[in-house]
Parts: sequence; C-alpha cells; structure tokens
Amino acid sequence: MADHLAPAGAPHAAGEHAADGTTKRDFLILATGGFAAIAAGAMAWPFISSMNPARDVLALSTTEADIGAVPVGGALTLMWRGKPVFVRHRSPTEVEAAKTVDMGELRDPQADSARVKPGKAEWLVVIGVCTHLGCVPLGQKPTDPRGEFNGWFCPCHGSHYDTSGRIRKGPAPANLAVPTYAFTTDTQIKIG
Amino acid sequence: MSIGLHNSAFKNPVIRWVDSRLPIFSMMQNEYGTFPTPKNFNYFWNFGALAMINLMIMIATGIFLAMHYTPHVSMAFDSVERIMRDVNYGWLFRYVHANGASMFFIVVYIHIWRGMWYGSYKAPRELLWIIGVVIFLLMMATAFMGYVLPWGQMSFWGATVITNLFSAFPIVGDHIVTLLWGGFSVDNPTLNRFFSLHFLLPFVIFGVVFLHVAALHITGSNNPLGIDVKSPADTLPFHPYYTAKDSVGMVVYFIVFACLVFFAPNYLGDPANYIPANPMVTPTHIVPEWYFLPYYAILRAVPDKLGGVVLMFGSILVWFILPWLDTSPVRSMRFRPIAKWFLLLWGISFGVLMYCGGKPPEGIYVVLSRVATLYYFAWFLVILPVLGRLERPLPLPESIAKPVLRGGGPLPAGAMAKPMEKA
Amino acid sequence: MFRSALRALTVFGVMAAAPALAPALAAGDHSQGTAALPHAHFHFEGIFGTFDRASAQRGFQVYKEVCSACHSMRLLSYRNLLELGLSEAEVRAIAATVTVNDGPNDEGQMFERPGRMSDRFRSPFANEAASRAANNGAAPPDLSVITKAREEGPHYLLALLTGYAEPPAGMAMGDGMNYNRYFPGNQIAMSAPLREEGQVEYADGTKATVEQMAMDVTNFLQWAAEPESEARKRMGVKWVLFLTILGGLAYATKRKIWANVPH
Repeated sequence: MADHLAPAGAPHAAGEHAADGTTKRDFLILATGGFAAIAAGAMAWPFISSMNPARDVLALSTTEADIGAVPVGGALTLMWRGKPVFVRHRSPTEVEAAKTVDMGELRDPQADSARVKPGKAEWLVVIGVCTHLGCVPLGQKPTDPRGEFNGWFCPCHGSHYDTSGRIRKGPAPANLAVPTYAFTTDTQIKIG
Repeated sequence: MSIGLHNSAFKNPVIRWVDSRLPIFSMMQNEYGTFPTPKNFNYFWNFGALAMINLMIMIATGIFLAMHYTPHVSMAFDSVERIMRDVNYGWLFRYVHANGASMFFIVVYIHIWRGMWYGSYKAPRELLWIIGVVIFLLMMATAFMGYVLPWGQMSFWGATVITNLFSAFPIVGDHIVTLLWGGFSVDNPTLNRFFSLHFLLPFVIFGVVFLHVAALHITGSNNPLGIDVKSPADTLPFHPYYTAKDSVGMVVYFIVFACLVFFAPNYLGDPANYIPANPMVTPTHIVPEWYFLPYYAILRAVPDKLGGVVLMFGSILVWFILPWLDTSPVRSMRFRPIAKWFLLLWGISFGVLMYCGGKPPEGIYVVLSRVATLYYFAWFLVILPVLGRLERPLPLPESIAKPVLRGGGPLPAGAMAKPMEKA
Repeated sequence: MFRSALRALTVFGVMAAAPALAPALAAGDHSQGTAALPHAHFHFEGIFGTFDRASAQRGFQVYKEVCSACHSMRLLSYRNLLELGLSEAEVRAIAATVTVNDGPNDEGQMFERPGRMSDRFRSPFANEAASRAANNGAAPPDLSVITKAREEGPHYLLALLTGYAEPPAGMAMGDGMNYNRYFPGNQIAMSAPLREEGQVEYADGTKATVEQMAMDVTNFLQWAAEPESEARKRMGVKWVLFLTILGGLAYATKRKIWANVPH
C-alpha cells in the first residue's frame, strides 16, 4: 500500500542505501509494523467486547413464573431478557391439531413433541418474537386474531403460526423459538 | 484552485480515480508524506503528534463509556461503578479515559513549554499559537465537565466552586451562575448539560486542531535553532523520517500511559471522588485535579474574590498576547543567554503554583503562591518585553544544515544575530 | 547542543513531579493528634500482587456477621462472590438467607422473596435517612469502594479497625464518641466493631484474633473495591513487556532510517 502511495519523484530514502542495508531496514520496518499491528488489534478487541452484554445483564437472564392460574385455552405473556414469552395453556383439540400435522407441510419441520416438555403437552412456551423481522405476533388476548392456523398472527408482514408456534404461512423463515425452560413444580416454570 | 480534475501523481488506478476527483491522497502525501520538515527536531517535537493521538484515545474511549453511562444524579455514580465491575473491559475504558486526561495535560504542557522555550509563538506563527491557546482553553473546559460526570464528592464540589467563580462578576455574575446550573444549585440539569457539552467539545477541539495543523503547514514548523528554513538542505520529508521518530516517542508515551492505567490508576485521582456526591457535606480539602492546581493557586493567592477570578483567567489569557510581548529578535532560548534563565524561573514558578494549589491556603503556602503569581505575570508583562530590547543574543548559525555539517563546531564570527523578518 | 533541551526537560520534570509529590506529602500532614499509619504488608500489593482469597473469604464472613449490621455494600451482588472463590451452591445459599423486596406483581403489590445470586447485597437500612436516624446522626458509609475512597485505603482501614483505645487523660470526648488513634480528630462515632478474639468462628480453623479479623476484612474490602485489579495488573505486565519490545524495534527502525542523515 505504501508503495502505491509514493508518487513518482517523491524522495525515496530506500534508494539511497546499499542493497544490504535496505534488506536489513525493510526487515526492521516489517517487524515494527507487525508488532504495531498486533498492538492495534489488541487495543481494538476491548472496544468490540464492551458492546456485548455486561455481566449484570447476563446475571438477570432467568425469569420465574407461576402459570397455575392460566385457564385452558388461555395465555400468559411473560418478560424474559426484555422480550415477551408466550405461555399458552392449550386445549386437547389444539394439542391434537399440533400433533397431527404432516411434516411435509411445514416450512421448518419440527414435531410438536419436540417443542413441549414431556407429559406437559398442554403447555406451550415460546418466545413471542416473529422470526421474520422481530415484531410481536398477535394471539395472546382472546380478542386477538390468531391467524389461519389458530396460533398466532404477525400483523407486520402477515406471518401465520399454528398452535405449536410453527410457521405455516407468510414471510417468516422459522418457527417461534422455544426458550430454555424447566418446570420447577407442576405450576412453576423457570425460563433461562 | 483551478476547476477540473486534479492531476494526480498516483499510479494505482483506484487511488488515482479517487484522487483526481477529490485529492485527499495527494493532500496526505503533501502534508504528511513529502512535507518538508526541518531536519534538526529534537524529541520535544514529538508532543504535537502525541497530543493528537491522545485526543483520539479520549474520543474513542469516551464514546464507548457514553454507551454505558447514565447522566442522572441518582444513577451517575452507580453507572460508573457498573462500568468498572460489569461491562466487559469497562474498567479499562474508565481508567484509560480518566488517566488519559492527565496524560493529555502532561503532553500538552510539554508541547506548550516547547513552544515557549524555542519561541514557536513568534512571527510568523502568532495565529498558530493563538489557535493552540484556544485548544487549551477548550481542553480545560472539557476536562472540568468530564470530572463532574462520575458524580462523586469532588465532582460535585468542584462543579460548585468553579461555577461559583462566575458569581464574582458584578451585576451579571449571579445570573450567569444560575444559567450555568439550570437551577438553584449544581443538580441534575447541571449534570445533564455537562454531559452533553463534554460529549460535544472534543469534536470542537478536533476541528480547532485541524485549523492548528493547517496553520502549521502554511508557516512550516519552527525548530530548535529557531531560525528559518533557507534551502532544501535544511529539511527532510516528513515520512519516513519524522513518522519514524514520532513512533519512538509514541511507544514511550504508551509505556508511561500503561504504567499509570494498569499499576496506579487512582494515583492522580482524589479518594473523595469515590464517595457519592452529597450536597449537604463539603469535603475538608477540596482540590481540583493536578493540572488545574496552578490556576487554583493563583485564585487563592489573591485576597479579593473578583481580583482572584480575574487573575486566574488572566493567567491563561495573557498567553494570547505572548507573541507581541516578546520583543526579542531571536526565537530560540538557545541563543538568549539571559532570558532562558528567566524562562526557567517561570517554569519553576508554575511548578510552585502547582504545588501550592494542592496545599491548604494557609501559612507559607499563601506567601509562596503570591510570590510565584507575581513572578508568573512579571515574566510575561515586564521581563519579556524589556529583556528583548536589552539582551544581546548569541550569534545565530547561518542555516540549519550548516552547523550540522560542521559537526557542531564553533560558529563563524560573521553569523551575528540579525532581527527576524516580521511576516 | 542538547544541553539546553535537557535542562528544559529537567525543569519540566520537576513541574510534573510536584503534583505527584503533593499527595504523598499531603498524606503526612494529618490533623493534630492523629497517629501516622503503621506499615502493613498486603498480599495484593505490588505489580504481581494477588488477593489472598482464603483471607478475603474469611473477611466476607466478618463483614456478613459484624459490619453488615450497619454498613451497606450496595454496589456488590451475591454473584460477585463467585469471583472470590465461593462455590455456586454456597453463593446461592448465602443469597437465599436474605429477604428481598420485589415487585410489583400482577396485582400491583410489592412482595418479598428470598434473595438470588443476581441481587445486590442487602442494605441494613432502607435509605440514608434511616441509617442516620438509627446511628446517632452519623450514617455508616457504604463499604463497596471504601478502600478507594480513603487516603492510603487499606492501610488506613486496618489501622482504624485495630486503633481503638482509651482516650488519653484529659481529652473531652463527645457524647457517644469513641477514641481511635487513626481516625482524623480521634473521635469516631463507630464503637470498636472487632473487640474480642473469637467474635466470629472461622470454618477453616484460623484463630479469629482482632488483628486477624481486621486483616481479613481489609482484604475482603480491597477485593470488593477493585475486583478487576488482578486482571488489570496481569494485562499491564503484558502490555509493558510488549511495548518495550515494540519500543526497541521502533528505535532501531528510526536509527536505520536516519542513518544517512548527518545530525
């Protein structure tokens, strides 16, 4: 790069040296430049790293909730890591509808059983963020439109999710994500 | 500048395409590549480049600190400690930024001293010097407001005392202070505006630094002999000679900086600033940061409120007229056998003021402050103008190249001092 | 040629050193009657110093059982104790012993729950006014950064904790005040917090003398104030070594480049 930058006629100190001196000097310049580049890289890393979540943010990454009061067919929205988490108490027909879908019909094929906890098929817990561009889909309130597949409907760009939170129609590429969670008791869940 | 594409000397087609439409590469080449620079710089001439680096470090770390800082009286202190404890490498940014302020003042004080010692302020570089003083004033304002942001005891009481200085002015004083505070005391509105201005001013400084460098590249650099460049034999292209020489100084600077940040990050700070601000309790000894101590000592040396404030501001404002106070025909103190001792004494008086500024205003410290203050102003207003006319300078060398080629031997008798041409 | 430049540099060196000397000198002029701090050696001192973790852990126990009755440490969280070498189970158990106000819940009510690792250390008082009211008008300072907030931080702290004595004959003590050799003015509102051997019972069998407890809690508070200091000093050693090599290279390069310039 430096060579390209030197216009014709600019004093070029290298030309004033004997060949052996030039080699030694070029090596020195390379070594110095290399070390300086390492230093610059080492200085740049903390800047990038500092933009990642801080330790107190990471420490707050679990949320606990009592879901015992949610009626069958009802839903609960929790806040986890600054995002909504949808908890739905599914009716047997909704569970059945989620289970009997032909995998070939799915854009992001995933069995319903892989999206719920064993023996807790009535509880679906998903992150309520559309996988298209991050809007929050409708379908939590009884009056909300739930889309063509009776799950959730994202009003931003028209993505339809089914009763298992899987993408069925619209621009979103993937199913609503299932967060890491566990039942601490029969009616208590801990997300994160 | 003529209209039409710039005739670029670059061979690389992409660079040439850009350069002929916007000659930034030619400009860099002319100003930092081939720029003819006196060949006899000593390491004092590193400090301009170091100040530039320091400014960039402050802006970079400052922007990243601002991503995590909260300018609110109830959260500012905790948010700074959160940066220290929880943000990845937050302690590094915070300590680099805090000690960077000290490093900046060390570098700039040496840079100013260099200018005084070698007469860099004299014609034709008066405007260059004046722009430099403006940068220094902006730096002081920025440093002061930055010190308020952690909202410790020294932040709060420093802000209170410094803003109260303006109340010394008759009639308008109290109104100015209320205006600065945005309330009836230093409080949340004050903190918010200080944060805003502390973020803004470095970019203003950057702009004025650009003017400083632009003016420098019109007159060209001064040099340790203080004589004008007479022929190409007196100069070297800036690159690679001074890029290499500046790099050496830069590494030394980084080592000093690293020792401060990593091994003694709170050495130059005041412990009281780790106590959250409390408007009901003033700490027993309130002192500004070390770089403000000389002016603080001048303020306290005067037993009159307005007089102290006026002298304190005057101690820097007098720098603006320095180019006209110095009546000597030669620039460099190397050829001023008497003046150099008086200037050294001025440097010592500055140091004495710095020392006294950190001491309680009683007993011997008041006496010392007064004597040093008196000499501080006497040097500028009496000694410098008078001495320039009385002093007989040593013979000046014919050119920068000449004494160098002769191996620094005795100067020819004919090379007597003659008055500098005024631009 | 260089002599005047050198001389100028010397002067500037003096100027730069003056403020550096000032705090050191200022540390000397304590107010009348306050004794000079005794010299103590701490494990964390020096460029290569590290925290004595066993001592700092014992110090946390002293803080928990003695100091925390009056002094908050609101900048620390229980999770920070992991860095002190406590296990996750231990930290969870410590956090669970406190009750934390949280809320509002779905009904809009505040509620109490056991502490979690992510919670800040519980403060003994709801706010500063409450701590002032409960402590004879002198609010006990928060201890999160106390060693950074005092001149000679850890030395002062250690001296203070072991500096209680009977007031000298004839000294008029204020109401409820205690005599301390190292407290500025010698009258401190805090009564001696560490008063007898065995005040806490160390699990590791260390004998809990007053000196031992004072040393342990000082180690703990120093860690609390500068938890980053070990990583900081390690990084510093690397940077300084690296920069020294870079400096040598840069100087050699400069010499080479300037080799053909007479000067």
